[in-house]
Amino acid sequence: MKNFKLKHFINYAIVSALLIFGVVMFLTGNLRPSTAQLFAQMGYGIILAVSLNLVVGFLGELSLGHAGFMCVGAYIGGLFAVVLKQSGLDMKLPVLIISMLVGGLFAALFGFIIGLPSLRLKGDYLAIVTLAFGEIVRNIFMNQKVFGGAKGLTTGTLIYDTRKSPTLFIVVFIVAILMLILVQNLVKSKHGRAITAIRDNEIAAKAMGINVTFYKLFVFVVAAFFAGCAGVIYAHTTTPVLYSFFSYNYSIEILVMVVLGGMGSITGSIISAVFITAMNFVLQSQLSGDLASLKNVVYAVILIIVVVFGNAPALKSFRERYNISAFFERFRKQDASKRRDDEAKWARVPSKIKMDALLSTDMAPDSDESIHGDIGADNDKGGNK
Amino acid sequence: MGDIMLKTENLGISFGGLKAAQNVNITIHNKELYGLIGPNGAGKTTIFNLLTGVYQPTEGKFFLDGEDLTGKTQEAINRKGIARTFQNIRLFNNMTVISNVMVGLHNLPEYKCSPFASMLRLPAHFAAEKKMRDRAKELLDIFGLKEDRNTLACNLPYGKQRKLEIARAMATNPKLLLLDEPAAGMNPHETEELMNTIRFVRDNFDMTILLIEHDMKLVAGICEKVTVLNFGQELAQGNTAEVLSDPRVITAYIGEDE
Amino acid sequence: MITLIDGLSLGSIYALIALGYTMVYGIAKMLNFAHGDVIMVGAYAIVITLSYTASPAVAIIAAVILCTILGVAIEKIAYKPLRGASPLAVLITAIGVSYFLQGIAQLVFGSQPRPVSAVWRQLPKIPLLNDLGITTAAAVTLVCGVIIMVALNLFIKCTKTGRAMLAVSEDRGAAVLMGINVNRIITVTFAIGSALAAFAGMFYLFQIPNAEPTLGAMPGITAFTAAVIGGIGSIPGAMVGGILLGVVEKLCLASPLSSYTVAIKFSLLIVILLVKPTGLLGKITREKV
Repeated sequence: MKNFKLKHFINYAIVSALLIFGVVMFLTGNLRPSTAQLFAQMGYGIILAVSLNLVVGFLGELSLGHAGFMCVGAYIGGLFAVVLKQSGLDMKLPVLIISMLVGGLFAALFGFIIGLPSLRLKGDYLAIVTLAFGEIVRNIFMNQKVFGGAKGLTTGTLIYDTRKSPTLFIVVFIVAILMLILVQNLVKSKHGRAITAIRDNEIAAKAMGINVTFYKLFVFVVAAFFAGCAGVIYAHTTTPVLYSFFSYNYSIEILVMVVLGGMGSITGSIISAVFITAMNFVLQSQLSGDLASLKNVVYAVILIIVVVFGNAPALKSFRERYNISAFFERFRKQDASKRRDDEAKWARVPSKIKMDALLSTDMAPDSDESIHGDIGADNDKGGNK
Repeated sequence: MGDIMLKTENLGISFGGLKAAQNVNITIHNKELYGLIGPNGAGKTTIFNLLTGVYQPTEGKFFLDGEDLTGKTQEAINRKGIARTFQNIRLFNNMTVISNVMVGLHNLPEYKCSPFASMLRLPAHFAAEKKMRDRAKELLDIFGLKEDRNTLACNLPYGKQRKLEIARAMATNPKLLLLDEPAAGMNPHETEELMNTIRFVRDNFDMTILLIEHDMKLVAGICEKVTVLNFGQELAQGNTAEVLSDPRVITAYIGEDE
Repeated sequence: MITLIDGLSLGSIYALIALGYTMVYGIAKMLNFAHGDVIMVGAYAIVITLSYTASPAVAIIAAVILCTILGVAIEKIAYKPLRGASPLAVLITAIGVSYFLQGIAQLVFGSQPRPVSAVWRQLPKIPLLNDLGITTAAAVTLVCGVIIMVALNLFIKCTKTGRAMLAVSEDRGAAVLMGINVNRIITVTFAIGSALAAFAGMFYLFQIPNAEPTLGAMPGITAFTAAVIGGIGSIPGAMVGGILLGVVEKLCLASPLSSYTVAIKFSLLIVILLVKPTGLLGKITREKV
């Protein structure tokens, strides 16, 4: 119990620290517009990564269309905000908050729609459907005159002057913290258990009476809502809102944040969202001209090395010796041998007692065991086709 | 509340042309320990899958406590009171032992609490969580798993995994418990312990139990009645001792004498 | 009618790419996201070779050899260490490889589009067809595409290696027990898939004015969709799916809804999957309980 609270606290602490750091920089006059932009990017990066983690890490469904939900939020929330402004409501904060709710709700609606196929499709098939969804959304928004067509939605009136007020990134981080509270509360509840149960073993979850349909849709809706909010924030930092930003490459970048941070680890998602956003930012500002493409190369190499190193079966013993949790375990002087004992026991359990062999000794003492011994090795295959 | 807990009427299913089960008529009385046996491929697990809604029967019906559950979904059937374990253990491996049991408690009305109440940490959430945790601990205590409650399910030794699966099924508060080869992979000592557990469940929870098992010692030891399946059809039915000494049954298992 | 022929020819390009996806998926059980970028490398190989020599034949051979080597190298370096790891880890690595190839292409060739050499455009006139309005490019693509696909089918059905590939995709464990060297089969699969990608890149150059580092993305993703529509892992499925999408794309482009082509293509995927969750020709697998 104590451990759980510590974990919650760490997540809030990271986000709050970023917020406080930003505010201090602003107060001391060190906050350049580009840095303020970076902070906002980190903020919505965290929101995107954590919400996607809910789908991928906790529900266990691969989604490659998260940027699509962000796109819905950015276009609809952005347009709503622009209209609000034009109709005379010239207060930035209420406009931001109301448009965020609107954008989020519309994205949630799309989350519901895209959640429906997830009830019927599995794994890679669902992944390709989410990817297709992202592309469809982009294509449709691109063709609507209301949203500026191919030129994108102009949201110039929404942009905050970060030199005058730090409102925007304060709001971003507060939204991020609110989201963390809601998501963590959800995960650490009976509903969170039901969701992870579906991930671990859908068949068993159904057999336990878990309403798989409801929870799958619910997770997609919640994740889409927050991605939509992130989109509205994006519309408040960038003009024009352009469909090309929300391509599947961006969805994949969010997925990379989740995977690098560790699936099902909220802290991991936050850290890797901050890290990847910062890395992109630094690489982008350091490399100019044709070298800018070096960014992709560096990014790709880091990605491949981290994943291969973290997952290759051949490197397993190496990882076990040098990973962080092992380090902490040694630090706490906990005895790992107990667990290993169990694992060893596991290995010793005979895979399956050959019942026909047993039976032949019980019921027909004269028959030769070796003749019938092999039949039992096969599980009920015929009956389950 | 009748005396008959489960009744199947000509239950059957065919996959394409293959009749995996047909004309299965089983009647199980309240608090009975009933065995379902037969050679490999006889369709025993198929019957379980029919009774739990994994497959929809193509013919026949089945009734639990007088209520027709044919055609219901897995979730609905579980809520009506049939819980099961699996032949190849299906625990929620990356969750702790106590969480596994709490998933079983999920649908019981006394722990009701909406997702929004949980997200906003309303009092309903805390009340439900606490009650669930207490109940789960009680169950784990009964099954001798209390000490392991914070271990990940995948790190449990094999015998305890089997027990946890039964505990999790019991958490859903069923009327009928289906056990699919509970003794598979166990050594004689563990099997002995398992037999005690099953008897204990029946006596303490007043449970009706239907089990598939290949270990004839276990079947002969605890089952009052058995049905023998062969090629998807009933071969014999009745009191355990009588059925097990039926020459047809022995032939089905061991083959004809040349 | 002309649109239909154009569609069939674009479709055979998609089919060639989709075959690469589907074969790799069937045998290595992974989504090779970098496949689209192999097409890009093939296309660039042709453009660059043609700027040195005027012979298309040399360019084609260079592209095929380069792509084959590239495909095998990617498999050995990035995917082989991850055999047995979680599918998601492999997927992410594939994405990394895709970024890597795009980045390298930008570094080496620059991000400016490169015009396709005039030599490539000068195709001999085919009197009867051209009069009907069918371009030589479309005809060549369609005919070559069909020849390659027939050859591939013969290879799989009639050679030992081909049958071993089928065996591995059917049941890897059993194939190992039968003495099939699975690693070698996977390497061969990547080699064939990449060679097909080189051909696809070559034909794709007929469709676009310039070569760009990101040119592989759209045909890649479309062909991936095609493979899924046909039922991923199924070779005839990839062909059917590819040709279907090619025709639909060209028909859409010729209709008033042309700006919604992408949306229509992908909606088609969703509709087909909802009706048949494993694609048109995919096998329905029932999970054992």
